[in-house]
Amino acid sequence: MDTVSWLSYTFLGVFHGINPGMGWLFAVALGMQEKRRSAVIGALFPMALGHAISIAVVVFVIALAQQQLPEEVLRIACATVLFGFGVYKFFRARHPKWVGMRVNFKDLTIWSFLMASAHGAGLMLAPLLLRTPAAEASAHMHHAPASMVHNATMLLSAVGVHTLSFFVIMGIVAIIVYEVIGLALLRKAWFNLDLLWSIALMIAGVVTLFWKH
Amino acid sequence: MLQQWKPDPTFYPSPKMAIEAPAEELAYVAAPRDDGKPDAMCVVDLNEASDTYGQIINRLELGVRDEIHHFGWNACSAALCPYAPHPYVERRYLVVPALRGSHIYILDIKSDPKAPELVKTLTADEVEDRSGYTRPHTVHCGPEGIYVSALASAGSEEGPGGIFLMDHYNFNILGQWEVERGTQSLSYDFWWHLGYDIAVTSEWGYPGMIENGVSLEDLGERKFGHKIHIWDIRHRKNIQTLDLGDDYQMILELRPAHDPTKAYGFVNAVLNMNDLSSSIWTWYKDGDDWGIQKIIDIPAQAPENPDDLPPALKDIGMIPPLVTDHILSLDDRFLYVSCWGTGEMLQYDVSDPFNPKHTGTLEIGGITKSHPHPAAGPVSGGPQMVELSRDGKRLYFTNSLYVAWDNQFYPEDANGWMVKADVNPDGGLELDPDFFVGFGDSRAHQIRLQGGDSSSDTFCYS
Repeated sequence: MDTVSWLSYTFLGVFHGINPGMGWLFAVALGMQEKRRSAVIGALFPMALGHAISIAVVVFVIALAQQQLPEEVLRIACATVLFGFGVYKFFRARHPKWVGMRVNFKDLTIWSFLMASAHGAGLMLAPLLLRTPAAEASAHMHHAPASMVHNATMLLSAVGVHTLSFFVIMGIVAIIVYEVIGLALLRKAWFNLDLLWSIALMIAGVVTLFWKH
Repeated sequence: MLQQWKPDPTFYPSPKMAIEAPAEELAYVAAPRDDGKPDAMCVVDLNEASDTYGQIINRLELGVRDEIHHFGWNACSAALCPYAPHPYVERRYLVVPALRGSHIYILDIKSDPKAPELVKTLTADEVEDRSGYTRPHTVHCGPEGIYVSALASAGSEEGPGGIFLMDHYNFNILGQWEVERGTQSLSYDFWWHLGYDIAVTSEWGYPGMIENGVSLEDLGERKFGHKIHIWDIRHRKNIQTLDLGDDYQMILELRPAHDPTKAYGFVNAVLNMNDLSSSIWTWYKDGDDWGIQKIIDIPAQAPENPDDLPPALKDIGMIPPLVTDHILSLDDRFLYVSCWGTGEMLQYDVSDPFNPKHTGTLEIGGITKSHPHPAAGPVSGGPQMVELSRDGKRLYFTNSLYVAWDNQFYPEDANGWMVKADVNPDGGLELDPDFFVGFGDSRAHQIRLQGGDSSSDTFCYS
């Protein structure tokens, strides 16, 4: 993977991290309910874990598919799913309904997994994954098990980099909102990130078709 | 449905921010009636700069003998709750159940807030088939959808009554809410402490006990509700029942603290069978359990002339206060208590929820009293459904309880009215001498203020 890929994984982590629906808002709410900053920070770890699991599932499914399907077939399939999902979300506002305000580590992890999955957070990474040529990813697969390990390491790194930037941004926003700005921000600055996401998904679909290494 | 780019401006994360909201310009008032003409949703102009201030500017007719009673919004500040955030849904539809007819009407106020349009009717059959309940009552917009309570089971008109959920995008009824109801059977109001994943429900009576007037026989046998129930929202399970004792009959309106970190609330008991007093109780979290404690007793009064008492009270010879509604200000400081029988609106400072201070009294109407309004002279009926502006400065109330009960307690004249009182920020209240909205021979029940009021929204942030 090249610099563009790494930067893109990082950027998408930032994009996911600033979305209130992905975690920081929940962390702030828990801090306010418990009246302590440590509740804000404590919530960030399970949020990041759930997000990482959701991303990893998609990443590894695509990586496996890369080895089984012709590149162009996979490319068109991913593009169609992404674009279709974006259109669906654009016209149909729906949101996961789960859990409440009394939550433990497991609840928050599952909640974050559900939110990331339902919003297609992992899918948004598809163009990046497919940009790495299948040849590079799997050509030597049956010759050298070492390259499979190398490949898996690379995918894990991608998930790691994405999750780290997600975690950092989510944490920064949560702490600033909790400590400094307050929730008046929600009324003014919370423009419809879900709608923006649906557009991002459609763009990702188009990019998947044409963005090659 | 194309989505909005910005959150609905009437959604507020916390009660503190909602207090800063602009003043209301319209009220929606349920106007049931008794004479074979259709019930109506009335719109009252509350914009002081307007020529039609304090007048009914629109009536949308609904069904005949429907008893439209309590109603609510499709969405409110609960849409900002962090675990199911969807702030781009609009506060646009009024969800109006018919407590007697069992239909649910969906009114759209978007194109002209002054002239709501009926856009969907869920018939009584649909409501009963899909929810398993009949006689829908309270509506609250929750984080996951619209919650509606109902008095009885479909078909039986007996218990259990309960709660059902509606989808807040398409108004489909999703079905019964409860998974484990325990011993709960009577039903009436519900509300919640979202910060604790706790819901609370109260108890009135089954349809047969109320629909032909309050059944004095059932009352004598103490068959009306005398408990509240505490529920775990996540598991939809009744985890505790708090019994006020069967001396107390009819436990109605639940007013939890608006601040989601506070785990207490207030509920009214209409009648103490021993002395006809009404009372206000505080429920509260007590470690892992919940408790309840009486904090205010409001005694019955002797009439000046017992001959003036309506037949239902002749043998008793006293005027019960009949506290049938109350409202808590958004700052959780003042509780306003409607004494429908004795014609009084009482204000208490409940900053300390266990030690209320009586800070104001206002008189209007009342059984045998007919205390006058400056703009209308002597009036019949008494303070009943009460609503408070978000800033806590303007209190509005109406005089109808339930058509058949109005006829029992105010048989001479049950014509509807709505009045306003101005609130002193440090305590005290007085009638606005110029504000009197007459509803003619229709009744006037619940008031909802445009953009939200002190019983329409729930907040997930303190």
